[in-house]
Amino acid sequence: MIIKNKTVVADDWSVLRLAESDTADGVVVPAGRILVPLKVWLAQRDSLQHRADVGVWFASDERAEDLQAEVQKFSVVAVDFPKFADGRGYSIAYHLRSRLGYKGELRAIGDVLRDQIFYMQRVGFDAFVPRADKDINEVLKGLSDFSLTYQASSDEAQPLFRRVTR
Amino acid sequence: MYRYDSFDHQITAERVAQFRDQVRRRLAGELSEDEFRILRLQNGLYMQIHAYMMRIAVPYGLVSAAQMRMFAHIARKYDRGYGHFTTRQNIQFNWLKLQDAPDILAELASVEMHANQTSGNCIRNITSDEFAGVARDEIVDPRPYAEILRQWSTFHPEFAYLPRKFKFAITGASEDRAAIAVHDIGLAVVKNAQGEVGFRVLVGGGLGRTPVIGVEICDFVPWQHIITYAESIVRVYNEYGRRDNIYKARIKILVKALGIEEFKRQVEADWQHTKNGPCTITQSELDRVAAYFTAPAYEVCANEDESLQAMLDDNRGFANWYQRSVKHHKVAGYASVVLSLKKTGIAPGDATDKQMDAAAELAERFSFGELRITHMQNLVLADVKQSDLFSLWEAAKALGMATPNIGLITDMICCPGGDFCTLANARSIPLAKAIAECFEDIDFQHDIGELEMNISGCINACGHHHVGHIGILGVDKDGEEWYQVQIGGAQGNDANLGKVIGKSFSFEQMPEVIARLLQVYVRERYDDERFIDTVRRLGVEPFKAEVYGTLVESDEALKAPDYELLKVGVSYDMPYYSPRF
Ligand code: SF4
Repeated sequence: MIIKNKTVVADDWSVLRLAESDTADGVVVPAGRILVPLKVWLAQRDSLQHRADVGVWFASDERAEDLQAEVQKFSVVAVDFPKFADGRGYSIAYHLRSRLGYKGELRAIGDVLRDQIFYMQRVGFDAFVPRADKDINEVLKGLSDFSLTYQASSDEAQPLFRRVTR
Repeated sequence: MYRYDSFDHQITAERVAQFRDQVRRRLAGELSEDEFRILRLQNGLYMQIHAYMMRIAVPYGLVSAAQMRMFAHIARKYDRGYGHFTTRQNIQFNWLKLQDAPDILAELASVEMHANQTSGNCIRNITSDEFAGVARDEIVDPRPYAEILRQWSTFHPEFAYLPRKFKFAITGASEDRAAIAVHDIGLAVVKNAQGEVGFRVLVGGGLGRTPVIGVEICDFVPWQHIITYAESIVRVYNEYGRRDNIYKARIKILVKALGIEEFKRQVEADWQHTKNGPCTITQSELDRVAAYFTAPAYEVCANEDESLQAMLDDNRGFANWYQRSVKHHKVAGYASVVLSLKKTGIAPGDATDKQMDAAAELAERFSFGELRITHMQNLVLADVKQSDLFSLWEAAKALGMATPNIGLITDMICCPGGDFCTLANARSIPLAKAIAECFEDIDFQHDIGELEMNISGCINACGHHHVGHIGILGVDKDGEEWYQVQIGGAQGNDANLGKVIGKSFSFEQMPEVIARLLQVYVRERYDDERFIDTVRRLGVEPFKAEVYGTLVESDEALKAPDYELLKVGVSYDMPYYSPRF
């Protein structure tokens, strides 16, 4: 189960993570809906590009620009949070949405917890895979912590001072 | 001053509710301490040696009388009857319980205050000039911009998990009283040749174990663009700042590694996407916020030259206080007054609930109901009629807030040190007290003149020792506390870092060491030369020669009895429990 468009839904995408012995160009990408590391996509683009059931995921030290306009062909892109305190994923998401204009599903994976997903939603995530030990219905509540925000981000192009008359 | 509208109130209330639930989940065991730690830090809550400490934001140092009374109330109801004003113009309470934190935040919200982002790896409270709006050398009042930036940085979704903390300081005067060169971003509001307002932007300054003076990234960013420009700086830092080593994670390390030219190139490349976009500040938003910072209803009065002079001639105590505590004001007949929180025997920056209540009353009686907190850890009444100065002095004296030592040797900056902080190598507060007692004589202090002494209990430099005219650093030698001395540091327009004079000293030797430094100064100074200028002219050598020339005697009487405090519970895991984090 994952959180998508603010509800808990079933999901059949799996995530390919490289084992130590795997290489980006050597690893076998199984059939079925699968999110592959950006490195694997870049190394195996020729054989993967005809598969509609492949998406990519970014590690926190990778950059949205590494994919450029190609990002548009994916229906699902994910960003991994190795630790919830690693904030690079927020800027990756912001770039994907605001700079590259990515419109498909943007999914947060890894150390995804209730108390961070409000900000994640703001920078452009619309799907969340909470850490396995957490109650997904509890995590969902995090999306409604605030009903009002000061700044613009991917979810809201206008800062508060342009949205309302103060 | 700025007042919350319904939007500010709503966002603040939602934050309190969010944190109340987080505390509930922590107490119920649903959140681990590791998950909770970052959440509580972003609400200003630290776990210290003895209890929880909360750091409350005082945006750009400005408080109303009602807010000051709230501090007094919190001190009484939830703490041990006092609070501690910090070098970043905030206030800290040291003896709180976790369960009380949500209620304290709710009480603060009722007077338009909060503890948002006063800790953690996010954009911290923005500091400014304590004389903003009243200083004669002011070019532009920085407070409207500080408030606009406060709102922009509050709960910024992209920047809550930066590599490390991130501090802004902003000034609008020709003399920098906000120490902008030692902040991650330092902003000076300036006017260009056409008279347009903008910002000179410094980046990558900071103290800590790698002290760096900030460098200019842009000499003029028009005010409309300051949000987008700052956002690009923080974004590049979020993406590329180091996360593998907390001691190398501040933006100063990134700026050094890339070089300012390359860093600037990356920032401006990012900025091209947002420049002129929706986050550009509108004239109407600036006008809306600036309307809160218009001048109060000053009476038309002349400078009180004659009668004031008569009182000064008449009363030595008043004259001493006037000389140190009273500052010029841009309006005729008015002055700004610094209330000293550096009375000998009291930890620098501490104030009791009674003093806070009384300070609120003084503000109402003498200064349009507002106060400021200074980065030197004192209070300011910014708008006092000159004809009221004598009555104010008498009232402040009765409250123990009229020590005539502003800018003098006993007006020290001092970190919490070994009495509160687990990272400390040495105690700071007891040393500050010991030194203050030795040099208490006010005539002596006035003779020595302007001197900034800063004390840090460890290399993390919360006491800003690098930029003290005399800087003292606690160091550890074989498990014992020692103090290293440096001289020649300065903050402000001519900010620079001090130089270490040599081997460190014991607690008991320190007053004698300071006395020897001062002897060299008194011997060598020209007429009105300040200590710092003598050091600059002569270099450290003559001071070194005097200090190390003969054995420094220990003053056994100084052996402080309170070592016990150091032994309590210092077995916590390292960095989590320090005001540094
Ligand atoms: S971490 Fe800061 S407060 Fe603690 S001893 Fe070091 S300098 Fe002082």
